[in-house]
Amino acid sequence: MSDNERVLKFQVFRYNPQKKSDKPRMVTYEVTEAPGMTVFIALNEIREQQDPSLQFDFVCRAGICGSCAMVINGQPTLACRTLTSKYESGEIKLLPLPGFELIGDLSVNTGKFMRAMSERVESWIHDIHADQVDYNKLEERMDPDVADQIYELERCVECGCCVSACATKRMRPDFLSAVGFMRLARFALDPRDKRTDEEFYEIMGDDDGVFGCMTLLGCEDYCPKDLPHQTQIAYLRRKMVLVK
Amino acid sequence: MKVIYTDSLVIGGGLAGLRVAIASMQRGYDTIVLSLIPAKRSHSAAAQGGMQASLGACIKGDGDDEDIHFADTVKGSDWGCDQDVARMFVNTSPKAIRQLAAWGVPWSRVRAGDREVVINGEKVTITEKAEAHGLISARDFGGTKKWRTCFTSDGAGHTMLYAMDNKAIQMGIPVHERKEALALIHDDGICYGAIVRDLITGELMAYVAKATTIATGGYGRLYSVTTNAVISEGIGNAIALETGIAPLGNMEAVQFHPTAIVPVGILTTEGCRGDGGLLLDRDGYRFMPDYEPDKKELASRDVVSRRMTEHMREGKGVPSRYGDHLWLDIRLLGRKHIEKNLREVKEICEYFLGIDPVEELIPVRPTQHYSMGGVRTRATGESPALKGLFSAGEAACWDMHGFNRLGGNSVAETVVAGMIVGEYVADYCAANPLNISTTTIEHFMRQEEKKITDLLLRNHGENPFQLKAEMQKIMMDKVGIFRNGPDLEQAVEELKSLNQRARNIALRNRISSSNPELVEAIRVPKMIKLAQCVAYGALLRTESRGAHAREDYPERNDKDWLKRTLATWKEGSDLPDISYEELDVMKMEMPPGSRGYGVDNIVHHPDTKKRISQIETVREANPGADRFEMQELLNPITIPEKFKGKNERIGRGFK
Ligand SMILES: Cc1cc2nc3c(=O)[nH]c(=O)nc-3n(C[C@H](O)[C@H](O)[C@H](O)COP(=O)(O)OP(=O)(O)OC[C@H]3O[C@@H](n4cnc5c(N)ncnc54)[C@H](O)[C@@H]3O)c2cc1C
Ligand code: SF4
Ligand code: SF4
Ligand code: FES
Repeated sequence: MSDNERVLKFQVFRYNPQKKSDKPRMVTYEVTEAPGMTVFIALNEIREQQDPSLQFDFVCRAGICGSCAMVINGQPTLACRTLTSKYESGEIKLLPLPGFELIGDLSVNTGKFMRAMSERVESWIHDIHADQVDYNKLEERMDPDVADQIYELERCVECGCCVSACATKRMRPDFLSAVGFMRLARFALDPRDKRTDEEFYEIMGDDDGVFGCMTLLGCEDYCPKDLPHQTQIAYLRRKMVLVK
Repeated sequence: MKVIYTDSLVIGGGLAGLRVAIASMQRGYDTIVLSLIPAKRSHSAAAQGGMQASLGACIKGDGDDEDIHFADTVKGSDWGCDQDVARMFVNTSPKAIRQLAAWGVPWSRVRAGDREVVINGEKVTITEKAEAHGLISARDFGGTKKWRTCFTSDGAGHTMLYAMDNKAIQMGIPVHERKEALALIHDDGICYGAIVRDLITGELMAYVAKATTIATGGYGRLYSVTTNAVISEGIGNAIALETGIAPLGNMEAVQFHPTAIVPVGILTTEGCRGDGGLLLDRDGYRFMPDYEPDKKELASRDVVSRRMTEHMREGKGVPSRYGDHLWLDIRLLGRKHIEKNLREVKEICEYFLGIDPVEELIPVRPTQHYSMGGVRTRATGESPALKGLFSAGEAACWDMHGFNRLGGNSVAETVVAGMIVGEYVADYCAANPLNISTTTIEHFMRQEEKKITDLLLRNHGENPFQLKAEMQKIMMDKVGIFRNGPDLEQAVEELKSLNQRARNIALRNRISSSNPELVEAIRVPKMIKLAQCVAYGALLRTESRGAHAREDYPERNDKDWLKRTLATWKEGSDLPDISYEELDVMKMEMPPGSRGYGVDNIVHHPDTKKRISQIETVREANPGADRFEMQELLNPITIPEKFKGKNERIGRGFK
């Protein structure tokens, strides 16, 4: 280890709703920093060496799966790819992502929220022929640029950062949120999806949908995949205004 | 006792599990998927590279077909695969990818006209055909004759998994998240579902089903440094092993990927080298052409990993505080290409290494990556020993990969196996009534309850995190890329003693609900058993084949070892029982030959010559036979009716 290694102070939100007597509190843990240390590495070290009851969620630990979003020093982000060296003071405060059901400590139920979102926006290709497609024949052609553009909007990893950063969502519990808008924009762009604008209007043409959005753009600021929320929300609004 | 009944229980919500679930649901069977995590977070999402299917639309894939894909796959496996399964696979993969296109995957498409690519370190211009415009494109990957790996920019696995899960949601398939299968329920050689723990409440439940499918992914986390997700712990394999009946196949076949970043082991995709990236040593020298003048950086994975290790052993590695490594150089691909087709790689470099790969070299080292072994199945996906138990995807040893799988063949396997095995699962549901006594269910429930109560009551004992770390270190140091007798013997002994210690785990946090330490305590003994299967299988296999490289037995020995390792576990024993299943040379469409890497030191099987001349005779006797008729004569396969059609390609039709 080098001479200038420092001791990091983690302040971590602790609360286990499964335990009847438990109360929310902040607990401090000290960890000796190692080169290249991420919040993922530090949390595992705390769990293994100091407190085996500490709950958090990691899967890919590479910024790919969207499991590990939490609020780090006030900002929602992916913990697995956050280097501790980023924080000069050496103090790191961790809170669970707000806006989701708390499972325990830093673990929240984004899965349940995202499944409901997918059901609500009907996150699939609407085409009665999609199941009859003859897969022995050449696939339907697609413009290479269109394919690339769809992918750009499909890069969302359902991490929930945009939801937790959204002021409207805090006031309106049923607000669809940026992740839902992004999904709708992705399908609206896709020539394989045969839904009409009127059908999209049914899903998002009210105040819990795109008309409720105050365009404060917390979503765009905190999306770890840098998705173009501003342009897509504006696009959906224009599209929806034209329907009525 | 909470009991949930269904027809088709699928353990695992990755690509393979979801596709099996879709198949059984489409056939009208009640289906439930279990997953440790939300399905879209499964490790399938991490596949950045792509999926192999011989569509032959892009110019560098021109002339490709099932036969060439078949030959690459069999060679890649070092003749260790099941050739009938490899055949089913290559013939169905084009259908799988086209179906996914209809379900929403935005595959990258061919753009007509000139484009610049990097081949063998040089910039060259290739011209895509006008008539191919808009069809699914492909990139180059290691060990393949043609550019066959179809991709979506840098997110093939992500887009495939999202399309698949969206399809499952559309069909209303329930995915029970944060649930862990702990044991299979079985009686008299028939499997009836699983005992499952809710990871939030800690509640134990019985999921009782006609057919049970294990699609739980790989067991990379037996090793301390791996590209795999933290949940790739092989628990699905372990619960099959613990039945004492269902065998695991070829557990010693473990693949190391050449290019994971140092030290954390996160993967940079094979697409880096496929698209033209190079490997350099401490002197900035491109060394692969010296070892493999023909395929260079794009030799098969196992070969490149070994060459890199050899080169570092010769002192050519770059020293670092985390040990030696080599460099991956993608600078020559240019910013535009990297930011579009290798963006995930760029992000990983920025976030985890603090470097920009457009301008800097990436520190890489071969790292555990893929599990060829798994639940042994027949070509139908069913266990040969335990009726009603099926397996698909990385968890299975369906065995199209033998001792080394090709890049891009794995996500392809998950979907193709999902389609084919899914049909057989549905057939099984149709043919078998659910006949199980509550006493049997209760027996398994009590058994799991007792294990957990014992853990919660024990005052003193072993720390599960520590046992796991010790196991991972043994695997890394002694059962790695190069293996030898003395190291493997030590590994087997040390793992045996870990196995004994694992019977005495005690917890610091003694609650039965949501408790990460309890999860660890339940899993670690299972993982140690798997590690023992890997190490013991590797010790007994005194030859080198594919990813299993014995320094003391460098030759591939077809005479004695053209066979698949089967491991079963007797309760209470401290080593697996190992037996073998012969591969029948006389049934091979492609008799054993050389892969064309390094020196040819094969000890041939006595039947190889016979089979070659037999094939010659068949060819001569059927001069008019086309390639489909020839395959029928040499390697007749049974495949569900819906997948029998021929595949269309541009400029070639259905020929
Ligand atoms: C970094 C990386 C990159 C890769 N890139 C490529 C590539 O470009 N091309 C390619 O072909 N292959 C690639 N692979 C390999 C390929 O991605 C995997 O082999 C494949 O996706 C595995 O899919 P699966 O459905 O079998 O399992 P997974 O996707 O791993 O899913 C396993 C599922 O099982 C569930 N599960 C596990 N245990 C239990 C349990 N006990 N109870 C309940 N549920 C359980 C999990 O929750 C999960 O849903 C890559 C692999 C890695 C690690
Ligand atoms: S722009 Fe603001 S209100 Fe609208 S979705 Fe984004 S964060 Fe929410
Ligand atoms: S849109 Fe961005 S912030 Fe929102 S869930 Fe998707 S990836 Fe996360
Ligand atoms: S663990 Fe997958 S994004 Fe962080």
